[in-house]
Amino acid sequence: MQNADNDGAETLGATLAGRGVGRRGLLKFAIAMASSLALPPGVAPLMAANLAKARRRSVIWLSFQECTGCVETLLRSSSPTIDQLIFDFISLDYQEALMAAAGSAAEKTLRDAIAANKGEYLLAIDGSIPTKDSGVYSLTGGRSNLAMLKEIAADAKAILAIGTCAAFGGIPKAFPNPTGAVGVEDLVVDKPIVNIPGCPPVPEVLSGVLAYFVSFGKLPELDGRKRPLAYFGATIHDQCYRRAFYDQGKFAHSFDDDGARQGWCLFELGCKGPTTHNACASVKWNNGTSFPIQSGHGCIGCSEPDFWDAGSFYTSLAGVGSTGWRNAGIAAAIGAAGGAAAALAARLHARPDPEDKT
Amino acid sequence: MSLLEFARGPAFQASVLILIAGVTWRLAAIVLLRSRPQFAAPRHGLPARIGGGSATILTRFVPRRAFWPRIAASVVLSAVFHLGLAIIIFGGAPHILLIHQFTGLSWPSLPKGVIVLVSGVTLASMIALLLRRIAHPVLRLLSTADDYLSWLVVFLPVLTGILLSGETVARYETLLALHILSAELMIVWLPFGKLMHAGLVFAGRGLMGMNFSRKGAAT
Repeated sequence: MQNADNDGAETLGATLAGRGVGRRGLLKFAIAMASSLALPPGVAPLMAANLAKARRRSVIWLSFQECTGCVETLLRSSSPTIDQLIFDFISLDYQEALMAAAGSAAEKTLRDAIAANKGEYLLAIDGSIPTKDSGVYSLTGGRSNLAMLKEIAADAKAILAIGTCAAFGGIPKAFPNPTGAVGVEDLVVDKPIVNIPGCPPVPEVLSGVLAYFVSFGKLPELDGRKRPLAYFGATIHDQCYRRAFYDQGKFAHSFDDDGARQGWCLFELGCKGPTTHNACASVKWNNGTSFPIQSGHGCIGCSEPDFWDAGSFYTSLAGVGSTGWRNAGIAAAIGAAGGAAAALAARLHARPDPEDKT
Repeated sequence: MSLLEFARGPAFQASVLILIAGVTWRLAAIVLLRSRPQFAAPRHGLPARIGGGSATILTRFVPRRAFWPRIAASVVLSAVFHLGLAIIIFGGAPHILLIHQFTGLSWPSLPKGVIVLVSGVTLASMIALLLRRIAHPVLRLLSTADDYLSWLVVFLPVLTGILLSGETVARYETLLALHILSAELMIVWLPFGKLMHAGLVFAGRGLMGMNFSRKGAAT
């Protein structure tokens, strides 16, 4: 296995070999990643070879208006497997929640990482960016998230918007959006962006995207919302093991009825699976243990834009907004008045009925 | 706001309000029209007239035998279309959910495959009815823009419903939004065109039957 590339930097192959992971382990990882990315089987050996030769890529991770749930879930992806080693493979040069440095030392680390990897580093963002009042609602080291993003994104090779907040604005953007929160793609238009939405996102999606980027030097194919097509190409509904019950018309009507106990479709209970694109139903969570629908709760559509404002989690997709009795009454009154006027006009313009002797 | 949010929110609310205003307008206009005075003494009392009106509502479902050879095709196709539409509306799970949301009433749904099959038959019967309308010289002469528009606004929800069940030509949420919007177009047009017969056909038959009964004519 090659130990170093032409620049003298240690390669992933060497790094993994030092941790007892051989060529076979790397190949297995590449097969798994190629499979999850829907790549042809023949790509896996090439991916493994590229991974072995690749050098660590600098990643600068900025946390903006967020809850740290994205970082928490990604740290718990699957341990200790090669998924975590791939994080060893990247050089996570700046991540406020994980790094030991603080204060001015942390700021220096950030500046050094930008300077050393100008134009080559990956910029990972979690959290939305407040834009109202010049972005004063979220500051790091006295600088607004807005200013940091514009400055640091300028020299990034690509940007990973991790979580629904970074991708689409998420919960901070929900009505009434007091901070004017937006997603990364609303502010950065001249850089390649990959959105990995979810609240939190599926960790294996991030490792898959990273593996692809490191292996092939480019971003994977994306959908219309800049999400990796391999993971977001299908809806939860399409991949759901309860889909057959939907097709059969078998639904749980409440969370404790017989249908729920039989594992029938949760559509009536508000499941947003039909309109949600994510990998939860295929990759699942906690080392492939389960996902929300498997645990008996409908999908809340957390990887879709504005999911928090899309009505109740427990209103079915067949449901619609109410017009309200007051509006209905006004409409009926207008209609009745119009009808009466029309009838009156008809009476006034009617020809006399020869049979009418009254 | 996404297309689906628009369809489920403002568009739905606006269409329902237009429906309410339109229906009350039509009903008020009909009720307040001057009725012709009745000079002859009634042949039957009110109970018999109500019976006659009720009977007429039912008897008019069956065409006169003498007309049958000429109208068999349209009667059968229309029956298939109307029954299909009823099965789709009252048998489809999402439709039942919608009804449940507004009325609290609910009943078991039919399997999706059955609804898709019925939708296909309904669609085919509608196309056949349209072709007959265009091909038949008298029917074509009698047809107005209202007939074609009414056909279209019913056809579109059935078509988008089938596409929605397949989920192949576009994303689910896009197809769902188009389906809802097409249904909203239908309910907006309902009070103003011939689709109003969905409610008035029974009232019209009943009143006519009562009138016949009053005069002692056969219902």
